Amino acid sequence: MKALRNFLDKVKPNFEEGGKLSAFRSVFDGFETFLFVPNTVSKSGTHIHDIIDSKRVMSFVVIALIPALLFGMYNVGYQNYLVAGTLDQASFMEVFFYGFLAVLPKIIVSYVVGLGIEFTVAQWKHEEIQEGFLVSGMLIPLIVPVECPLWIIAVATAFAVIFAKEIFGGTGYNIFNVALITRAFLFFAYPTKMSGDQVWIAKESIFGLGNDLAGVDGYTGATALGQVATGSSTTITNAVNQAVDLKDMIIGLMPGSIGETSVIAIMIGAVILLVSGVANWRTMISVFVGGAVTAFLFNAIGSESNQVWNLDWMEHLCVGGFCFGAVFMATDPVTSPRTNSGKYIFGFLIGVVAIVIRCMNPGYPEGMMLAILLMNLFAALIDYCFVQRNINKRLNRLNNK
Amino acid sequence: MAESIKIKKGLDIKLKGKAAETKSDALQSQFFSMRPDDFHGMTPKVAVKEGDAVKVGSVLFYDKANPDLKVVSPCSGTVEAVNRGERRKVLDIRLKSDGKFESVPFEKAQPSQLSSDEVKKVLLESGFFAFINQRPFDVVANPNDAPKAIFISGFDSAPLAPSYDYVFDYTQCKDELQLGIDALAKLTTGKVYVSIHKDSAARAFKELKGVAITEFEGPHPAGNVGVQINHICPINKGDIVWTISPYDVVAIGSAFKKGAIDFSRLVALVGSSVSKPSYYKTYPGAEIASVVKGQVTEENVRYISGNPLTGRQVSKDGFIGAFAHQITVIPEGNKNNEMFGWIMPRLNKFSTSHSYFSWLLGSKKEYVADTNINGGERAFIMSGEYDAVFPMDILPEFLVKAIMDKDIDKMEQLGIYEVAPEDFALCEYVCTSKIETQRIVREGLDYLRKELA
Repeated sequence: MKALRNFLDKVKPNFEEGGKLSAFRSVFDGFETFLFVPNTVSKSGTHIHDIIDSKRVMSFVVIALIPALLFGMYNVGYQNYLVAGTLDQASFMEVFFYGFLAVLPKIIVSYVVGLGIEFTVAQWKHEEIQEGFLVSGMLIPLIVPVECPLWIIAVATAFAVIFAKEIFGGTGYNIFNVALITRAFLFFAYPTKMSGDQVWIAKESIFGLGNDLAGVDGYTGATALGQVATGSSTTITNAVNQAVDLKDMIIGLMPGSIGETSVIAIMIGAVILLVSGVANWRTMISVFVGGAVTAFLFNAIGSESNQVWNLDWMEHLCVGGFCFGAVFMATDPVTSPRTNSGKYIFGFLIGVVAIVIRCMNPGYPEGMMLAILLMNLFAALIDYCFVQRNINKRLNRLNNK
Repeated sequence: MAESIKIKKGLDIKLKGKAAETKSDALQSQFFSMRPDDFHGMTPKVAVKEGDAVKVGSVLFYDKANPDLKVVSPCSGTVEAVNRGERRKVLDIRLKSDGKFESVPFEKAQPSQLSSDEVKKVLLESGFFAFINQRPFDVVANPNDAPKAIFISGFDSAPLAPSYDYVFDYTQCKDELQLGIDALAKLTTGKVYVSIHKDSAARAFKELKGVAITEFEGPHPAGNVGVQINHICPINKGDIVWTISPYDVVAIGSAFKKGAIDFSRLVALVGSSVSKPSYYKTYPGAEIASVVKGQVTEENVRYISGNPLTGRQVSKDGFIGAFAHQITVIPEGNKNNEMFGWIMPRLNKFSTSHSYFSWLLGSKKEYVADTNINGGERAFIMSGEYDAVFPMDILPEFLVKAIMDKDIDKMEQLGIYEVAPEDFALCEYVCTSKIETQRIVREGLDYLRKELA
């Protein structure tokens, strides 16, 4: 450890202004602060500071995502072997490792592209590298279908990081959730790679693991919501046409975006986020309440032609990206309202809008992404109302003096 | 029965090195220093020159805008130097003490029998007036104003702060405190408010006459006078209130009682780097070394005149600030080289965040804190952090942002007149993004004051 410190101190001058490698100053700086807490001491104001910092916060979100990630990897393998009919012969490790190999490239692409842009911008603006993309970079692979081509992920990530974040000023200044902008870009620019029933199950074997599904037919690759939206009943089946119930939806061995299927894995993440205080419980709970109330109302009204209205409200919350969005996306502090009261409204409306989009919109079965992006847009307005209330209270006090 | 107010938001940072309740005299301080910067809002005109003889109470400098407002010498002796910095700004007036603390004449009186103009004149002449602070803007009070109230906080809730129950001992300063209050009562059209802690046994405060007493309970910053004002009688635009520390109230009272000016006070020497933290009798402007006297053996430490949240860094051979009632010595954090600190459990460090585990280790455990900022400065990321430690009806984050934008209308609307930088100290402490909120608020107040002048 001491040797490493000495080495860093020795090479540091090269990276400083005028040094040979000054073009990589931000990268070096990022690496150094990753290894060692900077020795910066307070110069003004308080002489002592809490040991919390943005690295800690961001890494806790990444830790909270790990259960969903691992389950997602296993589920990718599971779907492939299930459809091929070889699940009985495959070991747990084979199934998992196949999924691991299918998902890993997406994580690498997302991080390389996103962090590459972040490093470049930080160097250009002479700033420290900010940690925000650590989270976005992990979210992106978890909210795309497994068959989404890597080059498309690269393009979408670059678009989102540049146009949703850097042009606004970087982490802390963005209006929209960066990972969701990535997904929205994919969704509208390459709809055939993001929806339908062909993209949710990995179809090719990798390094001899898994199965080539080219010759296999008689399976449905549609997500739960896709099935209900196009079907004539609310019965949901898994990839090999066996009916599933609520319990199966909670476990999550179903086709869907990589990280979104398992309610259990997401809830482990939610507990980590809530206990550590990294995510705000107000937002998270309100999303579920909003979604439940709205889905319940649609249930109560019912519909002959549109089966999504009839999907049980509990199932509504458990399928698709609802849980994942509520736990990891809606709680992004930067794109949520900053007032505590505002968070209740924000979360509740996300839940409402997500279910309304699912039920009322014929175009696409899932509504969570658009609901969160829409409410991101309104976050500042919600804050405005609560700030104005504080202002008016003060004004009244003055007038009633 | 006094009104009782419970503060829920806030944070008690438990640090090692609390002062034991014993007192002794500090060493004789050879030099004294009075800094105009301690008296924020004054433009100093120096009234003495090198070699002048001074007594306790001799004028050292006065305010350019308001020549009646004077700052006086805390000791008797000679003027050693008038130290100036860039553009001839007065840094401090250095005095050489003769050790006698002879006072200029001061007439004994019962302040309750004097008229308000007489009291004001006496306080201005004797230099006590410069210890009265004004809100809005957190500056030295203007003697031409008539404040709507005067607020005195009867307890200090800051980390490692001196215990007022101990410092303001009933038998020793009950008369002084009452006389000081009587004098102050002449200066306001409204009431004098004294706040005490619910569990406080301080009879000296409880038995005061002619004041409105409010009981507070809850974590820091319950002892901040700004928080108390916000709960008792919030400041509206156009209002002026004054605040003063009980240390200075006692000094005023003692002058009326004894007929001599005496700034001596009990200062707490605290912090994890002090071998035996306790109380010392000393003076504003005295040498730090005369109090510390060999009780700090480590080299790489920071000396703070004041508490670790709002105090000012001073050098080892520096001086106690005019408004400081504690000297804190804590380790510097400039050589930690802590590896992967951001992901480690860090069980021996305190955090409000539940991503560390100090919340599981009980609220009694005391921690050592160093001066490392433990991270890098970022834009605002986490929300609601400030609200949790800011017990006023104000939205701290929005106010700070309005100040950053220099948006005067927004600052006014969001309540900048009610706050002082010290109220934001805890916000700065808990901030994940390490934003220097106290500096921002100070600059905002100064900016607004200049624009409105």
